Amino acid sequence: MHIGVLALQGDFAEHLAAVARLGAATREVRLPADLNGLDGLIIPGGESTTIGKLAVDFGLIEPLQAFGREKAIWGTCAGAIFLSKDARRQQPLLGLMDITVERNAFGRQVQSFAASLHIPALATVDPGNAPMRVVFIRAPLIEEVSGNAEVLCTLEDGRIVAAQQGCLLATSFHPELSGDDRLHQYFLKLAGGA
Amino acid sequence: METQVATFEVKAGLAQMLKGGVIMDVVTAEQAKIAENAGACAVMALERVPADIRAHGGVARMSDPGLIEDIMAAVSIPVMAKVRIGHFVEAQILEYLGVDYVDESEVLTPADEAHHINKHDFKIPFVCGCRNLGEALRRVGEGAAMIRTKGEAGTGDVVEAVRHARTVLGEIRRLQTMPEEELMAYAKDIQAPYDLVKQTKELGRLPVVNFAAGGLATPADAALMMQLGVDGVFVGSGIFKSGDPAKRAEAIVKATTHYNNPEILAEVSRNLGEPMVGRQVTDIPEAELIAQRGW
Repeated sequence: MHIGVLALQGDFAEHLAAVARLGAATREVRLPADLNGLDGLIIPGGESTTIGKLAVDFGLIEPLQAFGREKAIWGTCAGAIFLSKDARRQQPLLGLMDITVERNAFGRQVQSFAASLHIPALATVDPGNAPMRVVFIRAPLIEEVSGNAEVLCTLEDGRIVAAQQGCLLATSFHPELSGDDRLHQYFLKLAGGA
Repeated sequence: METQVATFEVKAGLAQMLKGGVIMDVVTAEQAKIAENAGACAVMALERVPADIRAHGGVARMSDPGLIEDIMAAVSIPVMAKVRIGHFVEAQILEYLGVDYVDESEVLTPADEAHHINKHDFKIPFVCGCRNLGEALRRVGEGAAMIRTKGEAGTGDVVEAVRHARTVLGEIRRLQTMPEEELMAYAKDIQAPYDLVKQTKELGRLPVVNFAAGGLATPADAALMMQLGVDGVFVGSGIFKSGDPAKRAEAIVKATTHYNNPEILAEVSRNLGEPMVGRQVTDIPEAELIAQRGW
């Protein structure tokens, strides 16, 4: 299995390390040709405006959209924003997922936090399914899920922080910073067609 | 659901999101917009860029809160601001304003000649400068969640940035081959906390994100620092003291992403207009060197 991580800006090294721990081959993706032969792609956390601008400038928008119509893509934080069809402001988006996101929904860095989440879908890779400790950094919220997108996880108050649409995955938090690789395992299963 | 704010993980986490990016010095909301549109991953809000601080002389302090708030309102990317070394009240003010990162910076005139701020006391994360591994780990010991090599700010001369990055990264490489029993003596020698020395050896890198700063002026300078092994770059005077700031800013962002691709580096380096004038570090009297501030 070959998993790419979009390496335009952000914490792509942390995702590459998690995927490598699970035994899949990894590749940094900076140009359209880097997508050839990949089974899945992760779009990391970072600044969504930076990632979007670089994706436009290096001709990645259409190749990424074509990739996402056939293969698995997972966006964390900035990556989730980039996958969405609406981020409530003018910035380049892939528009692959039927989700509306609100950037910096929790506020500035002082309001960033760590939390333990219960993600029901993880039972498919971990029958015990203990809560997952994750961090939210200037995180977006998934305000609305429509069309074929489904809610994967909410906070206790019902606000949506993860969604799935076929083999597309969006999380507003950062599993790659926690050392808990179960969501990466879940994504690898999606990418492998399981 | 229990949530925790301001843990070290959360503070260091934002720096991890900045990696592979360019943090740009800006002195107005308009410049901040130009930086954001060029692809900056964060901006540093200040009243004068380092080149002007050098030229102007006098005491350099934290910027006017009004200016910082204007810049915070103008952009959606993280905003950083500088405080003087040891000036914890300036830091309290910035925390109240809600900036995303505080730079306890040698570019401003130090307020304390023996002590840095106890950064563990704050909810907002701090970035600090260093010239070598010992200085980097002392700052992490005080609670810095991000490190930048100092270089020599406001010069447009990359030589000190290279010296400091090579020093830190070289010391980490030597540390990795050092037997366990030599670590205590080494920690004593470089005046760094033993536990952080041990952790750095185990990780093979600093325990926090490490950017390069001080004197970068061209796309090639940014790519050079990235190839040396830093996680991202700060560009201060190099952008808004150049002939065409928007174009140069965008070129430096692209060069930081494609730092290993000479074809793209050549392309983005074309027709950039005048770089900042610059001042060779070897021509600067020792007393005027900024990097030596910090203890």
